[in-house]
Order: sequence, then structure tokens, then C-alpha cells
Amino acid sequence: MPEAHTVTSYDDELRFLVRRLSEMGGIAERMVADAVAALVNADTASAQRVISEDLLLDNGEREVYDKAVIIIAKRQPMASDLREIIGSIRIASDLERVGDLGKNIAKRVIAVHTMAQPRKLVRGLEHLAELALTQLKEVLDAFATRSPTLANSIRERDEEIDAIYTSLFRELLTYMMEDPRNITACTHLLFCAKNIERIGDHATNIAETVYYVATGEQLAAERPKDDETASMIAPPPGAA
Amino acid sequence: MSESATEKALSASMERPEIKMRGTNVSVFYGAKQALYDVNLDVRENSVTALIGPSGCGKSTFLRCLNRMNDTIDICRVTGEITLDDENIYAPAIDVVELRARVGMVFQKPNPFPKSIYENIVYGPRIHGQVSTRAEMDEIVERSLMKAGLFNEVKDRLHEPGTGLSGGQQQRLCIARAIAVSPEVILMDEPCSALDPIATAKVEELIDELRVNYTIVIVTHSMQQAARVSQRTAMFHLGNLVEEGPTEKMFTNPDTKLTQDYITGRFG
Repeated sequence: MPEAHTVTSYDDELRFLVRRLSEMGGIAERMVADAVAALVNADTASAQRVISEDLLLDNGEREVYDKAVIIIAKRQPMASDLREIIGSIRIASDLERVGDLGKNIAKRVIAVHTMAQPRKLVRGLEHLAELALTQLKEVLDAFATRSPTLANSIRERDEEIDAIYTSLFRELLTYMMEDPRNITACTHLLFCAKNIERIGDHATNIAETVYYVATGEQLAAERPKDDETASMIAPPPGAA
Repeated sequence: MSESATEKALSASMERPEIKMRGTNVSVFYGAKQALYDVNLDVRENSVTALIGPSGCGKSTFLRCLNRMNDTIDICRVTGEITLDDENIYAPAIDVVELRARVGMVFQKPNPFPKSIYENIVYGPRIHGQVSTRAEMDEIVERSLMKAGLFNEVKDRLHEPGTGLSGGQQQRLCIARAIAVSPEVILMDEPCSALDPIATAKVEELIDELRVNYTIVIVTHSMQQAARVSQRTAMFHLGNLVEEGPTEKMFTNPDTKLTQDYITGRFG
């Protein structure tokens, strides 16, 4: 944080937002990690816990909104303060969405494990989740330190997640073609993979917000995109 | 849909800003004490320029240089050059009275003359020889009060004392009085600091309308006001011009730490 305001309670209010967001960030990270672990270990109890935790993020988002609106009304913030408050609102939304996606993965745990051998399929997902979680963790660090350089490098790295998601998509498609009995579980896993890929996108959004808060400039609109699944088709049976 | 002539003129002036007044290396001394240091600042035509900064930073001093109000202080000395339409206003040939008709001023506290509303308005035009007949005077009173957004409120009591109006109305009367002599530039020294929020809003609305026909320079202690009414903002500190730029940028992402600290309330 830059140096103190003449009115010290203003600083307390801004600190509250930062603290609340870092708590929310911690919860979001843990939810995603636990949801993926529950998927890997077929741990429905843990999945259930993740589902119930989502409420914490919903409340956090609302609290950040309320406080931000009050600060704007009371202090009429300018320049870096204004950017920080607007940034907080946006980051709270992104974190809340990350929580929703984590919750959605947790909800699919039971359905996925109706299949006999999901282990090997789940492994690819684990790697994707590791990358997304690293992004999320680092972007929270970038926010804590207001580092535009770190924010920018995180955004560049989203490409990697997209590439792995694309290859996972292809792999799951192959399993489904091999044996139609895999379709239920693979479809759920596909949604899980998509959710994790979306978490990476939210980390990217947060990185962009952090960059704006820190510099007052917007990053260029175009960012690396490597998700080709929107145009992917399965080869007709017997073609291979 | 066709753009109005005013809008066209405004957008044209945004593209190619005409410099109405230009300060070059302006320094001001009160006796041995220097109050302004080599200030270079342009005032664009048909726009509102806000001067901000903490008390004693020199913003009012600079404002008062623009129509040579500082001449009224014996120990005050101004160096450098200030031009109005490329003409040096400190040149010996300049008639200060005529200059102040071209560059009008509105002060912090409403200061109507202890005369009727009508007399307040016609006083200036009459001494400048701009009006002589009753019809001309009636016309200028109505036009000036209209432009200041006050006519409808006072039309039935034009011959009652100006001092009997509310604070906000008095300030708009002072603006009407400044407009009456058809100035080109209007200087405002904290014009709303003695007014309530509604009267302030009316004056701010007025400033925005006046911009179409006049060039306005306003000194204000309210950051929000500067952000609302001006197109350009200049930040002063300890007699120096710290930063000048488009208002939107100044209040969202200023270049200097000093401006940043001042507008966010982190000063000193």
C-alpha cells in the first residue's frame, strides 16, 4: 500500500477490502484443490465439504461490494484509490466465480466414479488443475504486491492451460469412442476440465485487473488463445 | 441527425485547441517572497481549466495574474509573460480597465454591490460605455440573468437589493454581472465554497453552459468539483506548476506522485 491517508479510517477501510479479498482468494484456492483431490480419490465427503464452502465466497463477494459502495459514497476516492476499489469489486466477482466452478467439479465426483476405471483419465485433469491453481496463487501474490510485471507474465501463461485443455479434450473424445460406456464419466470429466480452464481465465481476468490497479493502464485487448476445442470434431466411427 | 452548430464548434475546438491565454515563465513576488516560480501554462479557448493544489500553492496568485488583479497589491511584482490572444497583457499600452472587461472575475464570497439586482448588472456595461438607453439596459439585464440561469427566479424583483437574494442566487448574480460586460475569459476563485450543494450544482451546471461562449479558469479546493466541471486541470504546489493535463487523466491516473498524493488525500 502507498503511504497513509490524512484520514486514517480511510486506510482501515481500504485495508479491509484487501484483507477480505486475500481471504476469499485462499478459500477459492482451497476449494479448487480439494474438489480436484476429491475427484482423484473418489472422496465424496470431501466433495460435499467443498460444495458447502461456496457460501463463504458468496458472502465475501457481497461484503466486498457493500463496503466498496460505502467507501465510494463516503470518500469519493480518486486516482489509485479509485482504481483499487473498482479493482476489488472485479476481483471479488472473479473469485466468487472460481468458487462456483470448484463447487461444480465437486458435484460431479459421484457421477464420475460410476465408471470402472476413471483413474488414468483423472490424471490429466490433475495436471491441468495444478497449472490453474499456480496461476490463481500467483495472481493473488501479484495483487498483494501490486506487481504489474507478475500480473502480465501470469496472463501470458494462460496459453499453457488452454493447450493442455485442448489435448485433454481430444483424449476424452478418444475414450468415449473406444467404449460408449465411458461416455457418462467422460462427459462429466470434460465439464470438469472446462471448469478448470475457466478458472485459468478468471486468474487472467484478475491479472488484468491487478495490472490496471497498479499502473492505471489497460493491457492490450488481445491475449494468447490456444483453446481450439470450439472447432474440434470427432472422426466418424471406422475412419481411423 | 445533425449536430448543432455549438456541438460542432465544441468538437472542433477539442481537435485543434485554440490557446486563449498563455503564461510563459510567470513568476510572482510579494516583496522579497517569491510566490510563483516560472509557471508555463496555457488556457484553452471554450474550455474550463481548473487550478488545484493545497493552500498557499500559488493557484489563486496565478489566477489573479490573468487579469492583473495583483496590480492592486503594492508590493506585488510579476515577471514573465502572459498573453491574451497573443497580446502581452502586461505591455505598457494595455488599458487595465479594458483588460478586466475582457477577463472578468467571480470571487469566493458572493459580493453584489449594495444596489438593486438591475443596477448590479448594468453598472459594468454603463461605465464601459456599452449601453446608454433604457431599452439597451433592459435587454442586457434580461440577457445576462438568463445566461446565469437566474432570470426566472428574480424577474419580478429586479429593483430589489441584490444583497437580499440567497447565497447561491447572489453568486449567480455576480456571474451575471461578470457576463454583462461581454468578457472573453471568466476567472472564478472558489466560486462555490460559500454555497450549499444545491446552489453549487446550479453554478456547476452554469459553468458547463458558459463554456460554449467563454473561456473559464476556476480555482477550487474541491477535487470532485474540478473533476466534474473542467476539461483541463493544473496542479500547483509551493509556487510551482507540478502537472497539467486532461482532467480525466489527472483524476484517474496522474503522472506525478505529488498530484496523486494530493488528490487522494495523502498530503503532508
